Amino acid sequence: MNGTVVRLTYRALLGGRRAWLLLAMSVLLLAMAVLLRLTVGVDHQVTADFLGAVAVAALVPLFGLIVGTGVIGPEIDDGSVVYLLSKPISRPRIILSKFAVAATGTVLFAAVPTFVAGLVMSGTAGRIALGFGVAALVASIAYSAIFLLLAVVTRHAVVYGLAYALIWEGLLGSFVPGARTLSVQQWSLSLTEAIATRDLVSSDVRLAVAGVLLAVVIVGATWYAGQRLRVLSLAGEE
Amino acid sequence: MSRPMPNPPSGVIHDIGYRKYDGPRLGRRQVTRALFAQSLRGAYGLGRSARAKVLPMLLLGVMCLPAFIITVIANVTSSITGELPLAYSRYAVVTQGILTIFVAAQAPASLSRDLRFKTVPLYFSRPLERSDYVLAKFAGLATALFLLLTAPLLIMYVGALLAEFPVGRETGDVLLALVGAAVFAVVFAGVGLVIASLTPRRGLGVAAIITVFALSFAAVSALQGIIRYEVGNADLAGWLGLLSPITLVDGFQSWVLDASSSAVAPPPGDAGGVVYVLVTFAVIGACWALLNLRYRKVSVS
Repeated sequence: MNGTVVRLTYRALLGGRRAWLLLAMSVLLLAMAVLLRLTVGVDHQVTADFLGAVAVAALVPLFGLIVGTGVIGPEIDDGSVVYLLSKPISRPRIILSKFAVAATGTVLFAAVPTFVAGLVMSGTAGRIALGFGVAALVASIAYSAIFLLLAVVTRHAVVYGLAYALIWEGLLGSFVPGARTLSVQQWSLSLTEAIATRDLVSSDVRLAVAGVLLAVVIVGATWYAGQRLRVLSLAGEE
Repeated sequence: MSRPMPNPPSGVIHDIGYRKYDGPRLGRRQVTRALFAQSLRGAYGLGRSARAKVLPMLLLGVMCLPAFIITVIANVTSSITGELPLAYSRYAVVTQGILTIFVAAQAPASLSRDLRFKTVPLYFSRPLERSDYVLAKFAGLATALFLLLTAPLLIMYVGALLAEFPVGRETGDVLLALVGAAVFAVVFAGVGLVIASLTPRRGLGVAAIITVFALSFAAVSALQGIIRYEVGNADLAGWLGLLSPITLVDGFQSWVLDASSSAVAPPPGDAGGVVYVLVTFAVIGACWALLNLRYRKVSVS
């Protein structure tokens, strides 16, 4: 990792008003959690449904998408990435620095609020909050790696990433059960299933398989992004 | 000592044949129409590079695929069921993810590049009013979305006729669904364009639009489900639908057009239905007003 790259990426990602916009989304999740706690009371099934549908299925992928592509996408888009690439820093190291910022950002803005929302709604009972927190943490890191790779590969990374998150994990996953085996969401939910003591969530993937696949995806995507950055060609404006 | 020049310089102006334009000068309406056509074609990548065509055409294909499958199922099982497995009016909500991606990709493509390359002031140096620009862009994207929704509906309609379902019933249903599709298209285009007009950076616009659509839909649907089934308060769940564009228009068409709703909770009673209609029109009007306000002043530098 390179300290300067990390610092500049961090400033580009969270400088100015952008941090507040991202924070607004996290606050929205917490506000809904507080609202549900006040209106519904403590109901562990509600907690699981809410965190599963809003946090793990929507908030974490969206944050991973925005932050993961945001650490390098705009630079490639406006061409200023050449100044970074012309420095004597190896490309895999640049990617590693970018990945560190993206993963930290997603964890801070998406996974931590998920854990806090779980605590607000269910307390520490049944380790539900912990289960979802860990799932969100792992999913955040995996999404950051995948979408960072996507941003290096294509200029339309946000759109294709969204297609994966909405169509593959959402639409196709609800009709074709097989599609769920290859979904970050289900892999991370298998962690929740293993950690939470109550039987509230079920995942289609076994824990061992999910763990291996997650590790392969995170390491593989980061490595391949470094390789792709080595041969990056700057296409003109379409 | 300066010597007087032997020959004073003599210049000749050559006539190299420049001519003034003396063809017909088309006015405001034609400019607006041309901009509308360009926006509509641009939304599908026509007239742009091959790479720009990939995504919209892919989305159009993905949009039509379920309709095709539904048609095949309907024709195979026509003797048993006697109707399509999915109502026309539910199609837009079931495929809302594809619509969201289309808006997120094409609304910034339509507006952000004009802002980024400072071409907007060039438009306004022509006989084109601010509202004409907004109208052309708004209508262009709304028409593109409407076509995206019309294609699968027509496939399903043809399939229903091939399966020899009652013609009158199917025609009525598909026409109602087309009206609903038009409202969907206008609301989606309006919200998408307002967000896209705020940033000259395409990537940021795309991210902001998907966040607004996808996150609001996920949050509203989850809250509706919990409040309706765990708390048992169907009215409150119905009111929550106002907070997301997708559930809003779904409520609109389920009340006005008597279509089958796909949302977790439909509008609560007649009062709720009226509020849904008013809010839908208010959203469209607000988008129009905000876009005009946005383009009152465009910086050149």
